[in-house]
Amino acid sequence: MSLFVHRIGPACTIQDQGRVGYLDQGLSRSGAADLRALHEGAVLLGQSPQLAALEMAGMGGELEATQPLGIALTGAPMQASIDGAPVVWNASHQMEAGQRLVIGAVTRGTYGYLHVSGGVASKPFLGSRSAHLTAKIGRAVQAGDTLPANSGPPIRGMRLTPDDRFSGGVLRVIASFQTPLFDQETLDRFAQTEFRRGSRANRMGMQLDSEGEGFAAQGQLNILSEVITPGDIQMTGTGNPFILLPECQTTGGYPRIATVLPCDLPRAAQTPAGGKIRFEFVSMDEAAILQSAYKAELVRLAARVEPLVRDPHDIPDLLSYQLIGGMISATD
Amino acid sequence: MDIESLRLNPRRACALRHDNVWSPLEDARVSREMTANTADTFPRISTVGYDGLLVSFADAMAEPSNRAALAFRNAVDTATWDGVIETSASLASAYLRFDPDKLPRAEIQDKVQHLLAQQNWLDAPLPTGRRLWRVPTVYGGELAPQLDEAAAAAGLDPVEAIRRLSDTKVRVLTIGFAPGQPYLGPLGPEFNIPRLKELTPMVPEGALVLAISQFVLFSGPTPTGWRHVGQTAFRCFRPDGPQSFALKPGDEMQFLPISRDELEAIRANNLDGTGGATCEEIAG
Repeated sequence: MSLFVHRIGPACTIQDQGRVGYLDQGLSRSGAADLRALHEGAVLLGQSPQLAALEMAGMGGELEATQPLGIALTGAPMQASIDGAPVVWNASHQMEAGQRLVIGAVTRGTYGYLHVSGGVASKPFLGSRSAHLTAKIGRAVQAGDTLPANSGPPIRGMRLTPDDRFSGGVLRVIASFQTPLFDQETLDRFAQTEFRRGSRANRMGMQLDSEGEGFAAQGQLNILSEVITPGDIQMTGTGNPFILLPECQTTGGYPRIATVLPCDLPRAAQTPAGGKIRFEFVSMDEAAILQSAYKAELVRLAARVEPLVRDPHDIPDLLSYQLIGGMISATD
Repeated sequence: MDIESLRLNPRRACALRHDNVWSPLEDARVSREMTANTADTFPRISTVGYDGLLVSFADAMAEPSNRAALAFRNAVDTATWDGVIETSASLASAYLRFDPDKLPRAEIQDKVQHLLAQQNWLDAPLPTGRRLWRVPTVYGGELAPQLDEAAAAAGLDPVEAIRRLSDTKVRVLTIGFAPGQPYLGPLGPEFNIPRLKELTPMVPEGALVLAISQFVLFSGPTPTGWRHVGQTAFRCFRPDGPQSFALKPGDEMQFLPISRDELEAIRANNLDGTGGATCEEIAG
């Protein structure tokens, strides 16, 4: 089973939960920018969240099913249709052999996901199928590629009402080991500032813009290079913040002011250019409560899927249906 | 996003003290005290995001603190605590990432503190199983055009600079910035030369570059502010090979001078990416 790629946006890669255990070799985890979307796709298709999917930054493509195949669409909503008929986002759909799925531009957020029944079955490298373009592992999917899929059973269309994580908002952060390099005035100002996601963004990190002066650390350029983790908010030499994402470097010399909690990283990564972001410091105890709540929510996702009822507007041959068959008299 | 702010400053090498290694993070408000670490008190445990701990042995690069970081990280790996996801060692610190659901924060802090107290890690020997790599290297000329200016910055003529650089066995201090890419040192204090203000737009894979008494051996083509003094055919990252990563932190390397013709001969037969290097176990 597979999908043949007729057209594809410039930044589409195969992603799963990422590659753990190679930090000491200078290789960051990679993995989906919006890990929550992998869980949503999994419950829509009734399969494991460890399976790989196609991550589409900003723009999808045109893909043809070579055999009958179940798919699900999650993450940032994009315009989508199968053989010209619009299909619902955050839902699963059965495709027949020869049908074409067209996924257009994102309407909110940044990263949309195409899941296939059984998972994308590309060749794993060091235990993961995630491309890591910065490390030259894998490559962007191109027209002419075939996305192999493991065989999965025929699926029944399901839908899921997602949270709204596609337009920025408040990101909860915790202090990290370099937070004390910033003075209290700078930290307070940081927590009070409204940022906008800048135009410089990819899977390594995203720049944030704000009015007024930057957020420089004391001795900014002379600190020892130390470990970096996804979610770290790093200051450049001019005090411009970047939120670091799955393809970040593993060590770095620019100081990090705080770290976005893992539960808020999908929202961070999905913030579109120009989207507003604020940061709220929480204690480690509060962070633990938020993380537990997030994990519980992922577990509950499976109970929240519901059958996809077709909207009459989406049925192309509606007039041929016997909608009033069986009715004898309107006055009985 | 740049590792290059590391520097060598032996005068700041720390004294090891066991008091005051941990300050609990109880304050819920944003504050610098949240990761309160008494300045210049080492070893120091601090938090890295939600699920990490950093054990620092100094706030500047020095041989003993790098050795302590490698030895301590190795001890954590050997202990195989349930709930530790991964570890790494950087120039002067060890990092532990853990699953707080399996290994509560308070518990891993206790374990780390207990392990730290077992010995003076600045006196610890390096982990066993290290290897010495001897890598054929073309110094200077067209393939490594900044050798002469690096020598001048070190106050040496090029011949003497090559002699000293190729005589020195350097340690893999840490691997980072790019997959498999080692930071190597220390070189003699005469090579504590600053990085260039203007980046060299691109140096090739296998380039040996120099600044701040360290080498970096590039694992891919990259722009850099370090001076390109040597060229090898050694591939640090071999995604298609049986071993994707050639080096381990703690390994030693020596860069032996060869001619450009010799390097071209090596390149002509370099499918495995070893670049003519030899590798031997270091005893002990």
